[in-house]
Amino acid sequence: MRVKLSLIALCLVMVAMLAACSGEAEKMDEKADVETGEIAPPAKLVLGVAGAHSGDLASYGLPSVNAAKLVAAKINAAGGINGAMVEVVAQDDQCKPEQATNAATKMISDEVKIVLGHICSGATKAAMPIYLDAKIVVMSPSATNPPLTQSGDFPNFFRTIAPDDAQAALEVSFVKGLGLKKIAVIHDKGDYGKGFASFCKTYIEAEEGMEVALFEGVTPGAVDYSAVVQKIKGSGADAVIFGGYHPEASKIVSSMRKKGIEIPFLSDDGVKDETFIKVAGKYADGVYATGPMDFSHNPIFQEALAAHKAEFGSDPGPFFTEAYSAALALLKAVENAGSTDYDKVIDALHNKYVDTAVGKIKFDAKGDAEGVGFSIYQVIDGKYVEVK
Amino acid sequence: MSNLTQETSQQSFISFFLTAGCDSVAHAVKKSFIVAIWFVFLTFPIMVIQVNTIEKTVVWHWNKIGYVAIAVFFGSFLWRWLLARKELKKDESTEETRIEGLLTRIQSHPLLKLASLGVLALAAILYPQVFDLYQTNIMVSCLVYIVLGLGLNIVVGLAGLLDLGYVAFYAVGAYAYALSNMHWGIGFWFALPLGAVLGTLLGLLLGFPVLRLRGDYLAIVTLGFGEIIRLVLENWGDITMGPSGISNIARPGFFGMKMSIMDSTIYMYYIMIGLVIFTIFCVNRLQNSRIGRAWLALREDEIACQAMGIDKMKTKLLAFALGATWAGMAGVIFAAKTTFINPASFTFWESAMILSIVVIGGMGSIRGVIAGAVILILVPEYLRNFAEFRMLLFGAIMVLVMVFRPQGLISAKRKIYKYEASNTASAANE
Amino acid sequence: MEYFLELLLGGLTRGSIYALIALGYTMVYGIIELINFAHGEIYMIGAFTGLIVAGLLTMLGFPGASILAIALICAVIWSAAYGYTIEKVAYKPLRGAPRLSPLISAIGMSIFLQNYVMLSQTSDFLPFPELIPEFGFLKEYNSVMSSSELVIVAATILSCIGLTLFIKFTKLGKAMRATAQNRKMAMLVGINVNMVISATFIIGSSLAAVGGVLIACHVGQINYYIGFIAGIKAFTAAVLGGIGSIPGAMIGALVLGLTEAFATGYVSSDYEDVFAFSLLVLILIFRPAGIMGKEKTQKV
Repeated sequence: MRVKLSLIALCLVMVAMLAACSGEAEKMDEKADVETGEIAPPAKLVLGVAGAHSGDLASYGLPSVNAAKLVAAKINAAGGINGAMVEVVAQDDQCKPEQATNAATKMISDEVKIVLGHICSGATKAAMPIYLDAKIVVMSPSATNPPLTQSGDFPNFFRTIAPDDAQAALEVSFVKGLGLKKIAVIHDKGDYGKGFASFCKTYIEAEEGMEVALFEGVTPGAVDYSAVVQKIKGSGADAVIFGGYHPEASKIVSSMRKKGIEIPFLSDDGVKDETFIKVAGKYADGVYATGPMDFSHNPIFQEALAAHKAEFGSDPGPFFTEAYSAALALLKAVENAGSTDYDKVIDALHNKYVDTAVGKIKFDAKGDAEGVGFSIYQVIDGKYVEVK
Repeated sequence: MSNLTQETSQQSFISFFLTAGCDSVAHAVKKSFIVAIWFVFLTFPIMVIQVNTIEKTVVWHWNKIGYVAIAVFFGSFLWRWLLARKELKKDESTEETRIEGLLTRIQSHPLLKLASLGVLALAAILYPQVFDLYQTNIMVSCLVYIVLGLGLNIVVGLAGLLDLGYVAFYAVGAYAYALSNMHWGIGFWFALPLGAVLGTLLGLLLGFPVLRLRGDYLAIVTLGFGEIIRLVLENWGDITMGPSGISNIARPGFFGMKMSIMDSTIYMYYIMIGLVIFTIFCVNRLQNSRIGRAWLALREDEIACQAMGIDKMKTKLLAFALGATWAGMAGVIFAAKTTFINPASFTFWESAMILSIVVIGGMGSIRGVIAGAVILILVPEYLRNFAEFRMLLFGAIMVLVMVFRPQGLISAKRKIYKYEASNTASAANE
Repeated sequence: MEYFLELLLGGLTRGSIYALIALGYTMVYGIIELINFAHGEIYMIGAFTGLIVAGLLTMLGFPGASILAIALICAVIWSAAYGYTIEKVAYKPLRGAPRLSPLISAIGMSIFLQNYVMLSQTSDFLPFPELIPEFGFLKEYNSVMSSSELVIVAATILSCIGLTLFIKFTKLGKAMRATAQNRKMAMLVGINVNMVISATFIIGSSLAAVGGVLIACHVGQINYYIGFIAGIKAFTAAVLGGIGSIPGAMIGALVLGLTEAFATGYVSSDYEDVFAFSLLVLILIFRPAGIMGKEKTQKV
C-alpha cells in the first residue's frame, strides 16, 4: 500500500514497454512458426497505411485510412487476396519527417510488405530510403513532389496522383486559352502549394505575352486574407492561380468576391474537393480547378462513396479517391504477382492494368500512374463540371 | 494474526480509497454522481451531436453519454484518492522518494555505483543487438531529445530563463549540416563541431538584446525568434530550398564503408550514446562549477545575485549560448538521422515538447531530463497501438503527470557543501 | 491613398479579431500569471458549439437573427463550463507548484482538447453558416467593410469598454484586481480567491466563445486546429500591449493587425509574421513590459 506514486508511474511505463516488446516477441514467434512450419500460406496480408493521423494535417491523412479499411473489407468479403485476409495497420507520422522514419521502421519491424502512404511529400522523402532498403512497395495518394518519381531514386515508389509540374503545365495552357495575360500567383507556403505555384510561375514566364503580376505566399490558418486580396486588386491581375489546399482557397475566394473582385480564380487538385464547395458556398461558383479525369461516373468510385457513407455516415475527405485507388492497385498487384515478392509486385504494378476508382491504370517506368489523365473543372451550381 | 492485520489494513485502504476527500461513502458517491452529470453536460454537444449543415442531417451518438458517465463516475474516485494521497504526502515531498533515495544510496556507495554503471553500459551496448530496427530507431530519437533536453535544462532548469524558441538553434544546426553537405559535400564529423559553433554564435547574437527581459516577456520574445528563423527558412527558397526541404543528406560515414539502413541506424545509436555521455559529463561539471552556482543563484534571486558581484548579463548570456551549442549539435545529428529536413520539423510545438521534457522530468535534474525524454518520446511511440487515440492519451498523460507530480518526476538535488568539524575548529583557533 | 486606407481598415479588422481573443487571455494571465495555452482551444470549442446549435436550429426552422443569438448564448455557456472545468482539473491542483508546471499542464490540455474535438466531430473543415445578416446601409461600402467585420469591430470595442468598467467598478472586479496584485493579502482581507479565479476563467472563456462564433461567421469555416494559431497571435498581442492590461491587449492586437496588413501590402505576405514578431521584439526591447504595461519594481 505504501508504494510511492512515482514508482506506480514508472511501473506503468515499464509495463507498457514490456507489453509492447512482448507483443513484438509474440509476433516474431508466430512468424518463426510460419517459417519453420510447412509451406502453410500466411493467413493475412498486412496493408500498412502511413500518413498524418493526428496534428494539424490529420484531415488529409485520415481519409486514406478509411479508404484502406473499406478496400480491405470489400476484398475480404470476396475471399481475400490469394486466400489471405487483408489487415490494415495505420501508422501516424503527423507529416513530420522524423515521425515518418519512425513509422517506416515500425512497418519494417512489423514485416509489412506494402504501404499506402505517406501523405505529405516531405514525410515521404524522409521515409523512402528506409523502405527502399527494406524492399517495401510504397504507393502515395497525395505526395505530388515531382522528384519523388522523376529522380529515379526510388523504384519502389508509386503514386495515383499526378506530379505538380504536369498540373501546372495544364493550368497555364488553360489560362492562356482563356486569353488572360496578367496572372497573380498565390500559394500557401507549403511543400505542395509552393511547388505547384513555382511551376506555374516558370511556365507563365516562358509564355510570350504573359506575365506574373504577383507571386506571394499566404500564411495557412490566418484569420483573414484581406490584405493579400487588396494586393491582388492593386496588381491589376486578370486572374488568380492559387497553389495550396481548400481551406485557404475558400477564404481567399470568398474574401475576393465579397470585395467585388470578380476575376477568374484557378487552383489545383487540393481544391478540387467537395469540401471546398461546401465551405465556400456560393462563392465557389465559377472557380476552376485541375483534377484527375472525371471519375464521378466510375462504378468503383460510386461504390466507394456509398460504402463510405454507409460505414462512416459522412462524405469522404480529401485524397480519399486516390487512396482508395492506390489500395486497390497495391492489393491487386499482390494478387497478380501471386505473392508479396518485391520484384514480382513491382513488375505487376508496371505491367498489369487495374480497374480503380480513378479509372483503368498502370504505372510507368518512373512510378507515375498512366491512364490518370488530368482535366480542368469548373464549379457550376455547386458541382464540379468538367470543362471541355 | 498477521492475516487479521492485513485484512484490516486492506479494509482501511478501501475505505480511504472510497472516501478520500469526503466525509462518508454516501457523500463520495453523491459527489462522483454530480461530477459525472457535470461531465455529461459538458461533453454533450461536442460528443453527442454531429450536424451536417449542408445536407441538414443530424447524427446523435447517445451511447457516448453512457461511456462518459461511467468513466467519469469511477474516474472521480481515483482522482480524489490520488489528490488526497498527494496532500497527505505533501510534507514528505521535500524529502526524497524511494527511487530517489535508492539512486542516492547507489551513488554514494562506490562499489554499487560502479556495478550499476557497468550494468547500464552493458544494457546500452547490447540494446541494438537485442531489439529490432524500429526499437533502435526510436531509441536514437529519444537520445537526440535527451541531448536537447539537457541543453535546454541549462537555460531553463539551471539559469531559470524561460526559452520558448529553443528549436531555432536546433534548426540552425540541422540546416548547417544539410546545406554544407549538399553544396560542398562536408561530412558529418566536420559538421558536428560546425553546428555547435553556429549554435553558440546564434545564441550569443539573439541572447544579447533579449536577455534584459524578464519572465514571460522573455518567453514570448524567444518564441518570436523561433518563428522568425522558421519563416526565413521557409521563405528564403533560393538558399534553403524552401518548404520542399533538403533530401539525400548523407548519413555519418565510417571510414568510407557502405552500410545498410540497419547498420547505419545502429552506428547512429552508438554515436548518440557517446554524445549523451559527453553531454551528461559536461552538464554535470558545469552544474557544480563556479558558473553553475552563479546560474542557480541567478534563478533564485537576481538582485541578491548581483549584490554578490556576479555579472548578470554575462552569466545569462553564457547559459543561453551553452544551451544553444547542444541544440546545434543535436540538429546536425537530426539531419543525418532522417536524411531529409524541411521547416515543418522546427515549429513551436517542437520547442514546447523539449520544454515539457525538462519540466516533466524535473527542472535542473539530469536524471529527471532523461526520464522526461524517455516518457515524452517513447510513450507516443508505444501508444501507436491505440491508433487515433494516441495524441489524446498523450495530452492527458502530460496533464496527469503535472497534476500529481508538479515538481517533475525526479527533482533536482542540490549539492550540499559541508564544513568539516575539524576545519571549523582550526579556523576558530586561528 | 485609397490602397493605404483599404489596408488600414483591413488591418484594423484583423486587429479586432485578435483583440477579441486576447482580452480573455490577458485577464487570465493578470490573475494567475499563467500563459493559458488552452485558451485558443476554448475559442475553438466555442465555435464548434455555435456550429452545432446553429445547425440544429436551422433545421428546426428558426428565423435568422434568433439563431445567432441562441448560438452565441449556448457557445458562451459551454465554453464557460469548459473554462471552469479545465481550471479545476488542470490548474487548481497546481497552485503553489513550480511556475512552469501549470504551463506544461496547459500544453497537455491543449493537445488533449484538440484531439478530443477531432475524434468526436471530424478532422475535416466544416462550413460555418453566415449567421450575421447583411446590413443594407453597408451595401455601397462592401469593398472596404462587410457586415461581419463591422459586427466584430463593434463586439471588440463593447467587450473592451465593458470589461474595463467591470474591473474598475464592480465588487468582483475589485476582488480580481486585489487578487492579481497580491493573492495572500487578498485572502487576508476576506476575498474568496478560488471563487475569483473561477470567475476569471468563466469570463475569459465566455469572451473566447463570443470571439469563436463571430470569427467563424466571418471566416466561414472551422476545424479542430483553429485555436492554435489564434491562441499564439492573441498571446503575442496581449504581451505586446502589456500583459494583464485590458486596454493594452486591445492596443497590442491593433498594432499587430496593422503591422501584418501593411507588411503584406507594401512588402510581401511571405514575411508578414516575420515583421509582426520583429516588431514585438523591438517594442519589448525598448519597453520591456509592453506598450501599456507598468514596469514592476522588483521587491527584495
